[in-house]
Amino acid sequence: MFEIVERSEMAQGTIISNWLRAPKIAKKALPGQFVILRANEKGERIPLTVADTDPERGLINIIYMVVGKSTALFKTLQVGQGYMDVIGPLGQPTHLEKVGKVVCVGGGTGIAVMHPIARGLRQVGNHVITIIGARSKDLLILEDKMRAVSDELLICTDDGTYGHKGFVTDMLKKVLTENKDVGLAVCIGPVPMMKFCCLMTKEFNVKTLVSLNPIMVDGTGMCGCCRVRVGGEMKFACVDGPEFDGHAVDFDELTLRLRSYLAQEKLSYDQFKAAHGHNCACHT
Amino acid sequence: MSEEVKAPKKEKIPRQQMPEQLPEVRRRNFDEVPFGYTPELARKEAERCLQCKDPRCRQGCPVEVEIPAFIRLIKEGDFEGAIRKIWEKNALPAVCGRVCPQENQCEGLCVLGKKDQPVAIGNLERFAADYQRLHGRSILPPKAPPTGKKVAVVGSGPSGLTVAGDLILKGHEVTIFEALHAPGGVLVYGIPEFRLPKEIVFSECNYLERLGVKIELSTVIARSETVDELLARFDAVYLGVGAGLPIFLKIPGEHFIGVYSANEYLTRSNLMKAYDFPQYDTPVVRGKKVAIFGGGNVAMDSARTALRLGAEHSYIIYRRSRAELPARAAEIHHAEEEGVEFMFLSNPLRFLGNKDGFLTGVECLRMELGEPDASGRRRPVPIPGSEFQVEIDTAVIAIGAGANPLLTRSTPGLALNKRGYIVADPKTGKTMKPRVWAGGDIVTGAATVILAMGAGRQASNSIHDYLTFGW
Ligand SMILES: Cc1cc2nc3c(=O)[nH]c(=O)nc-3n(C[C@H](O)[C@H](O)[C@H](O)COP(=O)(O)OP(=O)(O)OC[C@H]3O[C@@H](n4cnc5c(N)ncnc54)[C@H](O)[C@@H]3O)c2cc1C
Ligand SMILES: Cc1cc2nc3c(=O)[nH]c(=O)nc-3n(C[C@H](O)[C@H](O)[C@H](O)COP(=O)(O)OP(=O)(O)OC[C@H]3O[C@@H](n4cnc5c(N)ncnc54)[C@H](O)[C@@H]3O)c2cc1C
Ligand code: SF4
Ligand code: SF4
Ligand code: FES
Repeated sequence: MFEIVERSEMAQGTIISNWLRAPKIAKKALPGQFVILRANEKGERIPLTVADTDPERGLINIIYMVVGKSTALFKTLQVGQGYMDVIGPLGQPTHLEKVGKVVCVGGGTGIAVMHPIARGLRQVGNHVITIIGARSKDLLILEDKMRAVSDELLICTDDGTYGHKGFVTDMLKKVLTENKDVGLAVCIGPVPMMKFCCLMTKEFNVKTLVSLNPIMVDGTGMCGCCRVRVGGEMKFACVDGPEFDGHAVDFDELTLRLRSYLAQEKLSYDQFKAAHGHNCACHT
Repeated sequence: MSEEVKAPKKEKIPRQQMPEQLPEVRRRNFDEVPFGYTPELARKEAERCLQCKDPRCRQGCPVEVEIPAFIRLIKEGDFEGAIRKIWEKNALPAVCGRVCPQENQCEGLCVLGKKDQPVAIGNLERFAADYQRLHGRSILPPKAPPTGKKVAVVGSGPSGLTVAGDLILKGHEVTIFEALHAPGGVLVYGIPEFRLPKEIVFSECNYLERLGVKIELSTVIARSETVDELLARFDAVYLGVGAGLPIFLKIPGEHFIGVYSANEYLTRSNLMKAYDFPQYDTPVVRGKKVAIFGGGNVAMDSARTALRLGAEHSYIIYRRSRAELPARAAEIHHAEEEGVEFMFLSNPLRFLGNKDGFLTGVECLRMELGEPDASGRRRPVPIPGSEFQVEIDTAVIAIGAGANPLLTRSTPGLALNKRGYIVADPKTGKTMKPRVWAGGDIVTGAATVILAMGAGRQASNSIHDYLTFGW
């Protein structure tokens, strides 16, 4: 078992952070990589980014949004309990290179995925401008952690309850207009956000990395479930990615494939909620 | 000479059929299809063997199981002796008895087959193994004294399991590293429960663990640890990582919801038990009209799985004709009995979908058979203008597998052929990289369980030689 040693809730309990004991993964994981977790014998294999590591203590950090049955089940796991399997690190690590000035755009749980990447980009000598956004103040996560790894931090909320009112794409436009020397953009968040960020960076002709989250099974390139179209070619996100050139990604196809199991997922989540009703930690 | 002088002719025993679930029942459940021989049936079938002095059957078996010898022991009722005889050459008889393409191997060469049906060697092998598993005393074989040498086996498919089983008995320390959360390779994630109950695979793995083999699951070599890192900790490394790369048709519409690689379809159903969704958390599209593309074992397994998941129609769409189907005869027979519908001489051109991205059909082209190609089979040639559409909501692509590059590309010093398979000496399994051996599907391309085991056996002999005498 991979034991949870620290657990906290963010964004009004919709996002959970776990620090797990996984010494081998903690030693190996690089920015951009992910793990696959299974809570128990009957569980689904769920991919989550390694949001941080503490190699000395042998710990890894995962931060996930509760969106369906499996993440709701994860949420019930308390300190001292744990996951049956944690596999990884998987995927290609981010190619960290000094390009000068970089903008990092993170939305929702994408901020957690972004954190190690922004830190890595800064460590190799880049000037990092970070834009993070959420629907409202209460849903914004990791502000302090992002501030610590950024040269400039810009915050947006859709409803204007904190930072600038508006979408991260508006802020991105402003940053790109004011900083003609941006050499790289990294955009991670919900698919529509990534899609619109890429349309924007394309206008400014700035190379853009995105991190894709297709549905996965094995994570080793064996099943082809995670196939995405990049530059017209079929790629497997679990081994060729999860990061790709945002200007070549077919986001519409990704959006469509993410809906594969909508009906089944709802059934499974409803049953779970019915069974866990009142004493469930996720009851909000 | 008159008739009367001849010794009374022995009554001819027909080949004993294995009792099995009725097609209309089994097509909706995942329980194993044949029930197995009773001891009486097994002994009766064993009596049919002529005990040839120069047994042809043995030449047909890639690992040269002592076929007449074990069959004689069954005939005599010494089932324990029979399984010991088989174990001398084959570590996974419960598996091989069920999945070997016997008609091309042992049974294909049995002399009885010339005039009559061959001896049911596979069924007898299965019987001996099952009998031992259910009634045996499970005494562990003797192990050589510890040598202090350590071997890492990457992949827990039949080839890796064979290497591990051989080397542990020779006194070496063996650790298997497996990427998935269950051991067995294709035997657990690919071949369905109704053909090979997972319990059998787990009991084989459990036997290896009782012998002292360590199995580290959920460990992806290349990512969790590299081969070079393993070489620093182990004296020798065996790569038995299989041919786990799905091949797609490369036709328009493969992104539609409901289009699966056979690997994904079978992994969801077998390894993740999607047939028990939502008791198990992993879903799979339960199509009403399912089309499988391909004609091998993988295609048959997918088509029969589709029926069990509730399909009203399960089609096999294959480019050539029935005679060219590469699947085991028993699988084709079972699939036909269960109501799988075959569309021969048809080739898919594109998938059709609705605006929400769900698969709605496939457009195909009719083919005719032309001249034989390099494989000796007649080449399918398209008939122009013969396009037709089939309404389907699920498609499973089972046209073969390729070499998964994850491990091979991250391992400097391994030589690969142009299709990405590892180059290894066919006699010893030695690769171009010192202290690294390889075998099974990752060397030969997708083949059979018994060939993967045969390769494992050769490599384990070579590894043992190296550990004893040096490279
Ligand atoms: C490489 C990778 C890294 C990821 N990292 C994170 C992370 O750090 N934090 C985080 O919160 N999420 C991350 N995800 C997404 C996460 O895996 C899914 O949210 C999770 O699988 C949903 O499972 P569920 O059973 O709770 O929900 P489900 O009931 O399965 O699905 C609910 C919704 O989530 C979508 N979904 C289902 N499976 C996936 C999936 N595998 N990926 C994306 N969306 C999915 C469905 O379209 C559906 O709308 C990552 C995904 C990938 C592929
Ligand atoms: C659906 C299906 C039906 C079949 N039916 C038959 C049949 O009826 N009869 C028959 O003889 N043959 C059949 N075969 C073929 C047979 O199963 C294979 O030839 C055989 O399993 C190959 O054995 P292997 O040991 O080389 O590899 P595999 O069985 O493929 O095992 C390889 C293992 O290595 C693991 N692995 C891969 N990469 C890594 C890594 N980097 N780190 C750690 N572990 C890794 C994989 O997860 C897998 O568990 C069938 C195959 C399929 C897919
Ligand atoms: S291992 Fe396979 S080929 Fe050999 S005797 Fe047994 S069933 Fe026949
Ligand atoms: S060839 Fe047939 S009859 Fe002869 S020994 Fe083998 S199984 Fe028996
Ligand atoms: S998850 Fe199976 S190939 Fe990527």
